[in-house]
Amino acid sequence: MDLSVKIGSVTLKNPVVTGSGTFGFGQEYNEYYDISRLGAIGAKGLTLEERQGNPPHRIAETPSGMLNSVGLQNPGVKSFIKNDLVKLKKQNVSVIANISGNTIEEYCEMVKILANSDVDIIEMNISCPNVKQGGVAFGTDEKVIYEITSRVKEHCKQPLVVKLSPNVTDIAKMAVSAEKGGADGISLINTLLGMVIDIKTKRPVLANNVGGLSGPCVKPVAVRMVWQVANAVKIPIIGMGGIMTWEDALEFFLAGATAISVGTACFVDPMAPIKVLDGIEKYLIENNYNNIEEIRGKLVLN
Amino acid sequence: MQEHILKILKNEEIAKEIFDMVVYAPEIAKTAAPGQFVHVSCPDVFLRRPISICDINDDNLRIIYRAEGKGTKNLSSLKPGETVSMLGPLGHGFAPKKGNCVVIGGGLGVFPLLYLSKHLDNPTVILGFCSKDLVCLENDFINPRIFTDDGSCGEIGFATKGLTDEINKGKVDMIYACGPTPMLDAIEKIAKDNKISYQVSLEERMGCGVGACLVCNCMREGKYKRVCADGPVFEG
Repeated sequence: MDLSVKIGSVTLKNPVVTGSGTFGFGQEYNEYYDISRLGAIGAKGLTLEERQGNPPHRIAETPSGMLNSVGLQNPGVKSFIKNDLVKLKKQNVSVIANISGNTIEEYCEMVKILANSDVDIIEMNISCPNVKQGGVAFGTDEKVIYEITSRVKEHCKQPLVVKLSPNVTDIAKMAVSAEKGGADGISLINTLLGMVIDIKTKRPVLANNVGGLSGPCVKPVAVRMVWQVANAVKIPIIGMGGIMTWEDALEFFLAGATAISVGTACFVDPMAPIKVLDGIEKYLIENNYNNIEEIRGKLVLN
Repeated sequence: MQEHILKILKNEEIAKEIFDMVVYAPEIAKTAAPGQFVHVSCPDVFLRRPISICDINDDNLRIIYRAEGKGTKNLSSLKPGETVSMLGPLGHGFAPKKGNCVVIGGGLGVFPLLYLSKHLDNPTVILGFCSKDLVCLENDFINPRIFTDDGSCGEIGFATKGLTDEINKGKVDMIYACGPTPMLDAIEKIAKDNKISYQVSLEERMGCGVGACLVCNCMREGKYKRVCADGPVFEG
């Protein structure tokens, strides 16, 4: 039984990845288990320069989930390569670097810098505001998605995965644009935009007023979107959004995902990614499947 | 590090909406340091709640919390014999020092100071509460000076008055503080003005509790620090 999956030219030892932003650069959860058991670590989102992030509060609980507005606090891509990546690579773990930028030029600059590093896959976060187009998120316009993907792909050494925003009308169209632009994979969903109001203070809980919704409450939206995208593109999909258990992961594989990401679940159960991995493996063995491909996209509609 | 599923020995209301929970937790008891916290799973809410370690007695862990929000209200309904899931001990705690130490707590900030006071040599303990119905642990600390905002118990006024009295009496080597933000701001100012070293325990809404997600960051000296991992105790 072979758990390995391919994203572009890179083979991951299994389909379980950790969600960017939930796992730091891997060192904290290393205290709980050997992180090299996982298919890949999705590292904290990087920007060209160091970012402080937003003022507190950066988190608000919601029914079956949470909002976050961390604001992409990170040490900057160069510091990541010099420090955090070195530590990760000593442990023989596959690393997905997640990048965010204000302009297409910034994304290109970052992949050029990362091209000389040991990062295995680059995940491009396009839920950021496009500063040159009035702050509208890159990922909400299919023409912009095609342009940013094709331009970044020119400079990208590693396989390029485009992480789609769900805050759009037609997710399949966005995925097709990314595929046409040369993406080697699609990951979805990023967080949904939400707000929590404190009725005592009459103000939003988050300092940033709005934030990204994640956790079990988004799973049905994520599964639906993975299914829609899987029917529209041929490139591999990393599915994420509310996965807490191996059963949740199965939904995403059946919907068409090649790999899955476990993120918010880690806050509730630090062992979640490992439990999901063990559960997937057990399921495949017990049902005599030889690999993930045998269940991928095997959803039968009513 | 691991998740602990712990048997509840006690979970009682000891002051208005204040609950005192004791769990059998030999693994946590072995390594817990004053000022650390546990990340507690509460019934029917999604995220864990970070609660300071109040005390360790043999193999038992004691936490005291206010049942204010949905999570803690649900936590307060758990009965002895039931279990509760906790992660911990977490965080960078207090560093006990020798010399003349003042331990000053306000409201809910009083609770993590109990275990700390047991690691100090005859500290001066000053506790402040809003009113008599919120006073607790007055018999667990040794000779605490009690203040209430309305004077319904102990002396009238803020605990910071007790701190300035102590400083006026003679040399203070270290101030340990935990309480509401305005109180901690006042204490940091008093400490800096008098050139006294201090350790303050902060709090912030948390996500993972282990330092990975960065949601609990607070600004310290121009940089964002993680309250769950770089803190909750910060030195000055």
